[in-house]
Amino acid sequence: MGAQGMTLPLLDVSGVTLQYRTREHLVTATYRVDFSVSRSDRFILLGPSGCGKSTLLKAVGGYLKPTEGTISLNGRQITAPGPDRMMVFQEFDQLLPWKTVKENVVFALEASGKLRGAAAREKAAEAVSKVGLARFADSYPHMLSGGMKQRVAIARGMAMEPDILLMDEPFAALDALTRRKMQDELLALWQETEFTVLFVTHSIAEAIKIGNKILLLSPHPGRVKARIDDIPQDISANAAAKLEAEIHSMLFAEQIQEAEHA
Amino acid sequence: MPETAMGPRITIARMDGDAHGVVERPLTAFEKIYNLNWLRKLVILAVLAAAWEIYARWLNNPLLFPTFVETVRALVDGAVSGVLAMRAWASIQMLLAGYAIGIALACILTFLAVGTRIGSDFLETMTSIFNPLPAIALLPLAMTWFGLGAGSLIFVLVHSVLWTVALNTHSGFRSVSNTLRMVGQNCSLSGVRLVWKILIPAALPSILTGLKIGWAFAWRTLIAAELVFGVSSGRGGLGWFIYERKNLLDIPDVFAGLLTVIIIGLFIENLVFRKIEEKTVRRWGMQQ
Repeated sequence: MGAQGMTLPLLDVSGVTLQYRTREHLVTATYRVDFSVSRSDRFILLGPSGCGKSTLLKAVGGYLKPTEGTISLNGRQITAPGPDRMMVFQEFDQLLPWKTVKENVVFALEASGKLRGAAAREKAAEAVSKVGLARFADSYPHMLSGGMKQRVAIARGMAMEPDILLMDEPFAALDALTRRKMQDELLALWQETEFTVLFVTHSIAEAIKIGNKILLLSPHPGRVKARIDDIPQDISANAAAKLEAEIHSMLFAEQIQEAEHA
Repeated sequence: MPETAMGPRITIARMDGDAHGVVERPLTAFEKIYNLNWLRKLVILAVLAAAWEIYARWLNNPLLFPTFVETVRALVDGAVSGVLAMRAWASIQMLLAGYAIGIALACILTFLAVGTRIGSDFLETMTSIFNPLPAIALLPLAMTWFGLGAGSLIFVLVHSVLWTVALNTHSGFRSVSNTLRMVGQNCSLSGVRLVWKILIPAALPSILTGLKIGWAFAWRTLIAAELVFGVSSGRGGLGWFIYERKNLLDIPDVFAGLLTVIIIGLFIENLVFRKIEEKTVRRWGMQQ
């Protein structure tokens, strides 16, 4: 079983088409997308707005069902949201405002039935101090800055020890300086436990910095355009710039074509 | 090319002393006192009382308009003899019964509205019908249905509470951000647990507003209803007390009764609800 477990991907997305209804349209967000995430991957879904990357992440989260194709985690098909796939959202209001920083983490642990009472509080305190917020453990979310709120959300996600951490542009609403700091901190956290993370972003630089694998999606509808593997974590500034230019031209070529067709 | 043009040049600025003056200083005693909300309002109240006293003395007609001092004396007498407290207690008992029933019905209605679309339509339709209707307007009808007694009073009280509480709770639930719902679902919450652990606390500002407005409506409705009722009801609340004393031309007592109505209203609205808000939604930064 052990050897097989190693070869089996942790998350498998195959032929996934996602559609949702707005008031007037039926929108196809992604069309027959395939990818798989292995344990300890820092897997990035990268693409311009409209490529369905967030929708794809929500489908992995179990919040919407594919119209076609399957998503499975550890060989089991995903049908509903669950604590084995903790989600970190972009929005700052993902914390429960009526609970303190620590209580927010405790809440997740207790509500999902993972831990109770003292054990949950201990685990929460540990997670909160791991993201450097021990001093703010008893503060309410409205007293925190945007970056601190996102740290709490990350702490909550990690405390649950999910099979995979889903991050939906978690740093997009932060200022540039905080954003860089948060990226570094996330990498440092990853170094400790090598958790698996599926990360959505529209920033090429962020994708290269954080990911070891990048799936490039094209917009309207989202289709897999390219996949980049084995990005070293200590990638040199030069190599990163070159890769960034390459990805940029791949995304940009599409836009030129679109403009010509219009 | 000179070497200085080769790259960015950095000049470190010298930050001299503390020429910028205060960065932070404690407020002066006057500023601190002036910041006290209750104190400013107390001053306004004192000015109003003085104006009342002066006008009533100048008018010099206790049958039309007793002085402030006379009113306070009547109020103190009423409080000491226990008459006012007894009447107030009769009113409050009635109010609490109506309020509790109204809230219970509102809970059921909103629960149905959260669960089903038809329930939501039902609630919206009913609130649009009954919200513009002052509950007191139902009193004549209530009297023919339930007679002159507690039944009629509770009927109008329930009407004054039910619709505002249900409407505010429902709109509070609807405005809970999708992200929070998703967070709840992520932690395996669904159905009643999701409502209890996520929706109710997240909608608490609206729910409290609904409860507050509902209480205010109920209190006004009750006093008004008692004015009509008292005529034949044996033992009444504050409304009846006011009506009775007017018939006896005991005008200071009428004023004392009115003041009691105001004081109880103020106490509940500005102290009880304010305290609840301070302990909850304000503390959590959900309401300024």
